[in-house]
Amino acid sequence: MTTARIALMVNGEKISAEVPARLNLADFVRDQLGLTGTHVGCEHGVCGACTMRVNGEIIRSCLTLAVQADGCAVETIEGLSDSGEIADLQAAFRERNALQCGYCTPGMLITAQDLLLKHADPERTEIREHLSGNYCRCTGYHAIVDAVERTAKARQRRP
Amino acid sequence: MSRSDQTEGLTALDRPNSYIGQSVPRPNLDRLLQGRGQYVSDLVLPRMVHVAFVRSPRAHARIAAIDTEAAKAMPGVVAVVTGRELAAVVTPWVGVLAHLKGLKSAPQHAMAIDRVCWQGEAVVAVLASSRALAEDAVEAVEVSYEELPAVTDMRSALDPATPVIHPDLGDNLAFERNHDAGAVDAAFAEADEVVEAEFVFGRHTGVTLEPRAVVADWNVGERRLTIYQGTQAPHMVQNIAAKHLDLAEQQVRVVCKDVGGSFGIKVHIYADEMATYGLAKLLRRPVKFVADRVESFNTDIHARDHICKGRIAVNRNGSIKAFEIDDLTGIGPYSMYPRTSAIEANQVVNLVGGQYTTPNYRARARVVFQNKNVTCQYRAVGHPIACSVTEGLVDLAARRIGMDPVQIRRLNLIGDDAYPCASPTGLRFEALSHHASLQKLLQMMDYEALRAEQARLRRRGIHRGIGLASFIEVTNPGAAFYGVGGARISSQDGVTVRLDAAGSVTCYTSITEQGQGSEAITAQIVASGLGVSIDRVRVVLGDTDATPYGGGTWASRAAGIGGEAALQSAKTLRGNILQVAAAILQARPADLDISDNAVVDPSSGERKIELSELARIVFFRPDTLPPGLQPEMVATRHFVPRQYGFAFTNGIQASWLEVDTATGFISLLDHWVVEDCGTVINPQLVDEQVRGGVVQGLGAALFEHCIYDERGQLTNANMADYLVPMAAEMPDIAVGHVVTPTKESELGAKGAGEAGTAGAAAAVANAVNDALSPFGVTITEIPLTPRVILSALGRA
Repeated sequence: MTTARIALMVNGEKISAEVPARLNLADFVRDQLGLTGTHVGCEHGVCGACTMRVNGEIIRSCLTLAVQADGCAVETIEGLSDSGEIADLQAAFRERNALQCGYCTPGMLITAQDLLLKHADPERTEIREHLSGNYCRCTGYHAIVDAVERTAKARQRRP
Repeated sequence: MSRSDQTEGLTALDRPNSYIGQSVPRPNLDRLLQGRGQYVSDLVLPRMVHVAFVRSPRAHARIAAIDTEAAKAMPGVVAVVTGRELAAVVTPWVGVLAHLKGLKSAPQHAMAIDRVCWQGEAVVAVLASSRALAEDAVEAVEVSYEELPAVTDMRSALDPATPVIHPDLGDNLAFERNHDAGAVDAAFAEADEVVEAEFVFGRHTGVTLEPRAVVADWNVGERRLTIYQGTQAPHMVQNIAAKHLDLAEQQVRVVCKDVGGSFGIKVHIYADEMATYGLAKLLRRPVKFVADRVESFNTDIHARDHICKGRIAVNRNGSIKAFEIDDLTGIGPYSMYPRTSAIEANQVVNLVGGQYTTPNYRARARVVFQNKNVTCQYRAVGHPIACSVTEGLVDLAARRIGMDPVQIRRLNLIGDDAYPCASPTGLRFEALSHHASLQKLLQMMDYEALRAEQARLRRRGIHRGIGLASFIEVTNPGAAFYGVGGARISSQDGVTVRLDAAGSVTCYTSITEQGQGSEAITAQIVASGLGVSIDRVRVVLGDTDATPYGGGTWASRAAGIGGEAALQSAKTLRGNILQVAAAILQARPADLDISDNAVVDPSSGERKIELSELARIVFFRPDTLPPGLQPEMVATRHFVPRQYGFAFTNGIQASWLEVDTATGFISLLDHWVVEDCGTVINPQLVDEQVRGGVVQGLGAALFEHCIYDERGQLTNANMADYLVPMAAEMPDIAVGHVVTPTKESELGAKGAGEAGTAGAAAAVANAVNDALSPFGVTITEIPLTPRVILSALGRA
């Protein structure tokens, strides 16, 4: 089986690994790095559970090969949590019960943060549109939209 | 225990500092928010191997030959096991229950042996050091099939010309139930109008975001099988695994940590899960099975798939005189184990017309075998069918006699002062609130204003509709569901509450958590019943080695049954603590209470002794306690309602939507729900259960459909072709409550988990027909895809 050596930054940590060419990025971070906060839902790029950030852009890690991340800066839910970047968004999700089983939540948070970085004051329809590639079976989305909206408004008020 | 039996002070609902009725955030959400949950998919054990299954590509075929030699030589492969080899360690089962008279099914094996009966049935197991290597080797297994005729159309499944799937059973009829109450023929003969329709419900499935996942670990040194599984019912899994692997129940431990969605999908035991347990025993090492998405679509239970003919008799004054239904459903080749696949049809018979006063009701339900994936209980079992048929017929009747849909419901819904009473099928209602709920709904949605807006827009060629759907919901089931039929599925639950040495509280409950908030409501109830702050309470669930025996979380039962057990165990422990406190303080227990983590004088609120100090004395200085006093800092109580077979809840939903008559697309604009689940323990959690349930019903109404071809091939087994509700298409959902507590428990809570799903599709279908009323068409089929809409309009 063809393998390749890759070097990348994952959550600010230098990683070097020998990976099969066919290994996707989701399986790489889960199985080789133990970062199980990245979830695998559909494995064909529809559900959004495996969303992570690579060089600042959100991607589907089930549709990305690990070798494509060579030389990249990868950020997963663990990294975004520990850096405190989305602490307010996480708190809003907690207060609003915007998660039930929690399986979609890491991908949902990363996608929501992507919206808030690009668009500080989104309308509810814009929030729904931006999250429309992230499947949640539990909540019906209403609470998630509320939590994202509240976070946006709170950040607007921040000096 | 009923309210009137209470002898001691305030109830938990109105004790000082009670958390009941408060929207307390769920404890431990942070780990899920940080990606630090522990799902079975994440679990890795030493020496663990991964299994991938060779699955049948045919709907019905004889297995002529299996060649595993090439697969065994593939890299990383540890073992390749056929169905016949696995049968040495796993015995087959038959999915029947004694109280469903006449229900029959055929023996089912963990993997197919001679014959496959649906596309996706497991035939060979390949075990390797990684899932990817196991999948590589799956490709190298050669199975020769001799194709057999597939029975796919439920309408012709009972025809004499149709092959019988299991010849030993004689025919393809799994179950039939007939019910006849009142004077149905006379009612139809004498009514001013009779309206009939055929309602079609597509097959759909749960699409849990985390697929089914299990790690089974047979430790031959301990002779114990530990099953880590995302399940709603750990003790049921323990019982069934032991039974079919020739083990004593105590040799099986079931552990269930975080579960990535369940909705009934994970309340069953699947053949491939049973195979995984058996493979662990065969290989003497941990085996992990995680379904991929294609496997999920092909093997997770499907649901619905009904064709239901309905008739309603109505007089021109609006009085409904009778309902009659003839329901047909296809369940796949086997009745699912151990809960059976006849429950949904049985529920349809039970529930149709149950919110209305007419005593005249006739029903037939037939459940037939097919060569498709199995169907079984999924969120709101039977309710969406019964609600859509009932409420669809009521709207058709109203339209026939020219009456507003609200008015016909006002005239016929059972009066709020009529309880207790019973339905024509003998379901007993303790107390419901149909009229109060309807009234509240009309206020929330501003019905009159919406009607005016609808009329205004219609003149501009914009077609909006309003749909109502009242419903009843089975919650808090007693033994009547499964126990009386011989299934060892507990209807009672137990809770143990323990005061620890530092004054904190640990609580073990037999209900389970899949995100509903079981942990949260247990902590709220225990904290309130005991008198401690909620941050002092830690809840343990999902481990058969640790928790009391119980049913788990399904059928909207956890809060009402497990919650009452939590309350009673907390109260018992409070009594035990006060006995010790009285001895220390030289007081009478009746003159003391516990509040805010201390024993207090209830009249003055004076803190007499901190619980941490009391615990210190109990655990480390028992020598200072009076002789003969043995403190018991642990209490366990169990509960199951026994006066009523079920605690019925009720509610009503409304949908406001727009139909684009050029494209057939439906835009959901608003959705309202009023429901009555009795005591609301945590308003936010109840509202979110309702909202999530509604959206699952909206998915069924508009998108979700397992589409099989005539050869029994599932043609859309992926998330690109099987559509689920996503954020952009879903509306905000307003939720209101009417509160009618059940008197069967002190807590008074009924279930809330399925109310949303019960009525959402019915409300949407009625709204679509309301929107299309100028065109004179009626649609009684879901999902309401653009093709269905355009066909009805003659524009497809």
